[in-house]
Amino acid sequence: MFEWFDSDVLLQQLLLGLSNGMIIALIALGYTMVYGIIELINFAHGDLFMLGSFLALTLVGVAMNCGIVDPELMGASSHWWLLGTLVLVCGVFCGGLNLCIDHFAYKPLRRASKLSQLVAAIGVSFIIVNVGLFWGGLPMDILGGGGAAAAPKDFPHLVSDTNLLGEESFVVMTWNDVVIFVVTIPLMIALTLFVKFTKLGMAMRATAQHATAARLMGVDVNKVIAATFAIGGFLGGAASVLYANYNSTVSFQMGFRAGMDAFTAAVLGGIGSLPGAMLGGLLIGLVRAMSDQYVGSEWTNVVVFSLLVLILIFRPTGLLGLKQREKV
Amino acid sequence: MSDSRVPLLSVQTLTAGYGSIEVLHGVSLEVHEGEIVSLIGGNGAGKSTSLSCISGVVPLRAGEVRFAGESLARVPAHAIVKRGLVQVPEGRKIFPRMTVLENLRMGAYTRNDRAGVESDLEEVYALFEILKDRSGQLGGTLSGGEQQMLAIGRALMSRPKLLMMDEPSMGIAPLLVAKIFHAVKSLRARGLTILLVEQNARAALKLADRGYVLETGRIVLAGTGAELLSDRRVQAAYLGE
Repeated sequence: MFEWFDSDVLLQQLLLGLSNGMIIALIALGYTMVYGIIELINFAHGDLFMLGSFLALTLVGVAMNCGIVDPELMGASSHWWLLGTLVLVCGVFCGGLNLCIDHFAYKPLRRASKLSQLVAAIGVSFIIVNVGLFWGGLPMDILGGGGAAAAPKDFPHLVSDTNLLGEESFVVMTWNDVVIFVVTIPLMIALTLFVKFTKLGMAMRATAQHATAARLMGVDVNKVIAATFAIGGFLGGAASVLYANYNSTVSFQMGFRAGMDAFTAAVLGGIGSLPGAMLGGLLIGLVRAMSDQYVGSEWTNVVVFSLLVLILIFRPTGLLGLKQREKV
Repeated sequence: MSDSRVPLLSVQTLTAGYGSIEVLHGVSLEVHEGEIVSLIGGNGAGKSTSLSCISGVVPLRAGEVRFAGESLARVPAHAIVKRGLVQVPEGRKIFPRMTVLENLRMGAYTRNDRAGVESDLEEVYALFEILKDRSGQLGGTLSGGEQQMLAIGRALMSRPKLLMMDEPSMGIAPLLVAKIFHAVKSLRARGLTILLVEQNARAALKLADRGYVLETGRIVLAGTGAELLSDRRVQAAYLGE
């Protein structure tokens, strides 16, 4: 019926959309958690994510230079331990950095107007982008890509490129897809359980729902906020490794695009809601992939943001966002 | 008051406000162990600000708050709870998207004695049976009166020495108000000390051992509950007689 319709193409795009969607969801969690607790759109979050991928690239370079891994084998064999280590190290790095950002940039403004914090977040975003630009100017061209500071840099596949569906299959699914799900799904489950059942998780929910009441119950709200930034940052750092590995490139500007997608996902799902961010991330990933294929990639941003506008008009609280009505 | 013991709570010339507006101009009051003390006054007199100031949520500008003999200056709000001074906030402020049980567990946030928390939970359920029936329901879906019971129960879960209640009767059906005041009485019978802020002056003074009348940020009258109930100025201004 439709010449361009091909179930293999559809499957391939679905897989691509799901994989990227899971990564977007992981970043979106960082936006939504911070917003849920202090009503701040942390514009620096996407750029923090970018810095995580730069650290990952640097560490891969170091591993190659020190002969820990063989550059020839990149993409041919799987370096699971290297990928696992990078997820952990970049997660901790971004978590720690996010903690510092909160402490030095946002915490002093906690009692100031929301707008001041927002402007501070935009400022931090600029700073990090420029740190990324500087970092990109360091000799990182061992892996190919541009040597210039602003040029996108190639990121090698850390796990095998072999098609798991067989050599003849048109649809390509490699361990690079699988690893995304292997990392993101347990992280999301762990986060959900953490927030639901642990004492700190309960304190986070309580603070998000009523900060003053939480203080009156003995919750040290500043500590809870710090923990939120650390966890959100960790997820962003983990996502940065997955993103770099999956899309094979990093650039100092990638935080803006990924951040925009993730922020849109968080709003789409209902900002402040964890399941909302996960759902929103998946949806944005799928919509992007479908639009790239069937509408044209030059229209993808238009499609994504039109969707956002429509959702905001017809369901302002997002898909899973709750209408907050308090009885007085 | 001729009580020579050290008061459990002593507030001396407390001054506080918001921005350029000063709300409290030197409030002093005392609460002794085992007492119910009522703080009454009209809208905007500074009753809620007084409580929020004592519990550390609103910073004090001058004066001193001492609890169990120790100054609370520089003690952050969350640490004050741990010392046994707990506030049931005005308007209940329960956690709307947490279940009744989770709300109650948040009340025990500062505690680590599991067995004690469980037995206190049973006590709260015994005090307000409706909470047990609703334990799995989200706090935001309760009626106003049920939310007030939850707010009181939640505060009790921290095992306070002194419970400060801010307008527990506000916006609640009369039948439930009676129930809540009855609960307050039974809490005193168990030895809990209570500082009660109320607009419903008659009910509050009937219940109280002593009372203070707050007007535009100053204490203008003090006495036993009975004395204040029979005071002509109180009758005219707050009891509608």
